[in-house]
Amino acid sequence: MISALTKICGHPPELVWHSETEIPKTDLIVIPGGFSYGDYLRSGAIAARSAVMESIKIYAKKGVPILGVCNGFQILAEAGLLPGAMMRNSGLKFVCREVKLVVTNANTMFSSNYQQNQIIRCPVAHHDGNFFADTKTLKQIENKGQVVFRYAENTNPNGSVNDIAGITNTQGNVLGMMPHPENLVEDFHGGSDGKGIFESLLGANRSKAA
Amino acid sequence: MIKARITVTLKEGVLDPQGKAIEGSLSALGFKDVGSVRQGKVFDIELKGENKVEAEQSLNSMCAKLLSNTVIEDYRVAII
Repeated sequence: MISALTKICGHPPELVWHSETEIPKTDLIVIPGGFSYGDYLRSGAIAARSAVMESIKIYAKKGVPILGVCNGFQILAEAGLLPGAMMRNSGLKFVCREVKLVVTNANTMFSSNYQQNQIIRCPVAHHDGNFFADTKTLKQIENKGQVVFRYAENTNPNGSVNDIAGITNTQGNVLGMMPHPENLVEDFHGGSDGKGIFESLLGANRSKAA
Repeated sequence: MIKARITVTLKEGVLDPQGKAIEGSLSALGFKDVGSVRQGKVFDIELKGENKVEAEQSLNSMCAKLLSNTVIEDYRVAII
């Protein structure tokens, strides 16, 4: 993630430790994937209660873009910044492969560089990516266009309800997604389909500054 | 000292892939009377003090804030 952000933005991101209580002024906050606290209790649960999250919640309210990938998505859901929860993959196996995603909402600050319903390639690597939300919440996120990415037909790797791969909050400035777009951003990776998310954010930032 | 046991289980209607796998394995071992299995978590907690009412309040708060994810889980608090 650090490498992808550095290459796409032209400078390295500032790294913030989980125990920090303040995040320096920024245009984008990224909670990357990996594992936090050994995924003990529930994936992302303990990290979601770490000191730095208070500051992230303030930025979220202010409308600053926040991107959570994989464990980052789990943390955002556990912190209540995104609806729903992540369950163990329906197949019970850790899945590490490439899937296809449908861009189901190209009208967000994270996806504007894609076409509506465009199908993109994206790698996944997780054990708890089975998105769940109760019927009422699900209806709400579907009706409000909060589902930004869906696993394309027959590629749902985890049993996620409605094939949901990535969602935003109601405000539209917090995106959580299980797939790893940062791992498909240059020829060296075998493609650059994931780059669109970062370029969308750069575009949104430029038009805000203009 | 107060001892408590907190049990966290998945809400009804939430699919439990791990419970399903255990269910299959029990059935394969010949336990034909198993209808269904739901997997949960148990936390044994020792609290300082002797006030059971306060302890119960504190334990409920722990469940709501960390020990369970109320989107998918229910919890039960029992003072032993």
